[in-house]
Amino acid sequence: MSAVAQTAADPIIRFDKVNKWYGNNFHVLRDINLNVARGERIVICGPSGSGKSTLIRCVNRLEEHQEGHIVVDGTELTDDIKAIDKVRREVGMVFQQFNLFPHLTVLENLTLSPMWVGKMPKKDAEERAMQQLTRVRIAEQAGKYPLQLSGGQQQRVAIARALCLTPKIMLFDEPTSALDPEMIKEVLDVMIELAKGGITMLCVTHEMGFAKAVANRVIFMDQGQIVEQNTPEEFFNNPKSERTKDFLSKILGH
Amino acid sequence: MSATFDPIAPRPAPVRTEGFVPWVRRNLFGDIKSTITTVVIALLAVLYLPPLINWAFVQAVYQPDAEACQAARGSGACWGAIVEKYRLVIFGRYPFDDQWRPLLATALMLGLLVASCTRPLWNKWLVVRWLVVLGAFLVLMGGGWFGLEEVSTDQWGGLPLTIMLASLSIVFAFPLAVLVALGRRSHLPAIRTFCTLYVELIRGVPLISVLFMASFMFPLFMPQGMTIDVLVRVLVGITLFAAAYMAEVIRGGLQAIPKGQVEAAQSLGLSYWQTQRKIVLPQALALVVPGIMNNFISIFKDTSLVTIVSLYELTGSTGLAFNSDADWRPFKIEAYLFITAIYFVFCFAMSRYSLWIEKQLNRSRTR
Repeated sequence: MSAVAQTAADPIIRFDKVNKWYGNNFHVLRDINLNVARGERIVICGPSGSGKSTLIRCVNRLEEHQEGHIVVDGTELTDDIKAIDKVRREVGMVFQQFNLFPHLTVLENLTLSPMWVGKMPKKDAEERAMQQLTRVRIAEQAGKYPLQLSGGQQQRVAIARALCLTPKIMLFDEPTSALDPEMIKEVLDVMIELAKGGITMLCVTHEMGFAKAVANRVIFMDQGQIVEQNTPEEFFNNPKSERTKDFLSKILGH
Repeated sequence: MSATFDPIAPRPAPVRTEGFVPWVRRNLFGDIKSTITTVVIALLAVLYLPPLINWAFVQAVYQPDAEACQAARGSGACWGAIVEKYRLVIFGRYPFDDQWRPLLATALMLGLLVASCTRPLWNKWLVVRWLVVLGAFLVLMGGGWFGLEEVSTDQWGGLPLTIMLASLSIVFAFPLAVLVALGRRSHLPAIRTFCTLYVELIRGVPLISVLFMASFMFPLFMPQGMTIDVLVRVLVGITLFAAAYMAEVIRGGLQAIPKGQVEAAQSLGLSYWQTQRKIVLPQALALVVPGIMNNFISIFKDTSLVTIVSLYELTGSTGLAFNSDADWRPFKIEAYLFITAIYFVFCFAMSRYSLWIEKQLNRSRTR
């Protein structure tokens, strides 16, 4: 009936009893059930090794799951390469270490995928790339190589690169963890602006200010399980489980 | 009160630190050790340089005059031997009157080889260009078309053969090595095992035995009446041999590329081959330019081993030119100095090119 109920019925990402192991004995994801609604902005936090990065890397199949189902925008992720390619075109990803291609200029980093995956003519791809660079306020650096830029600038380029395929979903894997403190804000500002545009976002981060500002939902993971999920207000003001309280006291404690 | 003017005491003029004399003083006579070294080297030079210059230039015989050479033997070099024999050394047993053909063919191939070293030519047309030039090379060398007399491959020789064997095995071995290197990192066990076996097998045997196999053993396994030219067999042998070594060098480069690069490419939807071609290989190959150039230079010099299967490339044809001629045989050493110079020019050019291309490729890493 309500808008919420409607989107919940038609999730853009659906995790259904997903299990994953690294090797034979390290159980990294345990029975994950998660529905992400269209346009929803989720922040995932938790101690290191809790499986939060693995969780979002399963969405574009950088990691394979061994049990359960993951459906992204109507396409189930299996070994089928076509399905994987389709999902990857709809999902953009931003990494902790930026992972820009150092041998290509900023502009070439952005046009690569539209030209080779999207089969777009070079001129159109460059036009779109410049739009995205303007959006992350770095258009004047288009001709430079990534290693000539600061960390914050590189991460903004990486965001622009992911946006060049006009994805429906954006994954952020600790996007500010490798940055110097004074550069974190410029990246978060870009992400907040992006969130206002209505794109679906899954963001692994410990930036609790960011979570409060943009998230619809905060998910806390520990030992491969989703321990707790709630709206940011409830999550920070009224955590339910002991593990969440413990975690929050550690990261908010200073 | 007025300031009194106090001139400072005059100081000696500054010591000259630029120019030849200070340079010599600083670098050659800086301390006791370097002074001793300088003196010893100067003594050796005084002792040995004059006789060497005397032998190589002053007393040397420049005319192709066997008697004069004989007379000067021991005291002067016989460069006349090279004047007498250079056609045989350079072109081997190729028919004398048709030697413009290997000259033109080799010039064509060297021209394309040099052109292929520059970035503007690194596009899809490069393969077409190579096919055209290769075709022209074979027609010019082998004849049989356009009124050119047929010359069978066992008469090919000298520098054209060296350059042909070296450049073709480089051109074929390089892409093969890239594939093998990728194959050794494949997640498909069959491909990985096959590539590993290939590399280990080839690395386990000397090139000479590969050439023997290609030349003498391989025909035994062929069906009756079917023959493959010995030149082709040898070329395949050298290519397979060189590719195994090169693959390991390239694999080293592949391992240096962070996993994040591949993940970023995957997340952008690039396929495996697109990722390798656009992201991984450009970076990996730029890292291993010195190692690859090492391989190229080795291949160039290893072509001299084909003599043992009766193909007379530059080294072989030099032997051929002098061994059977009693008048000139004593002056083989001069001829070997001559081809040494030829080998050096090519190898030195390759190593300079390697430095240049390394700088070109790593420009993006400099701030």
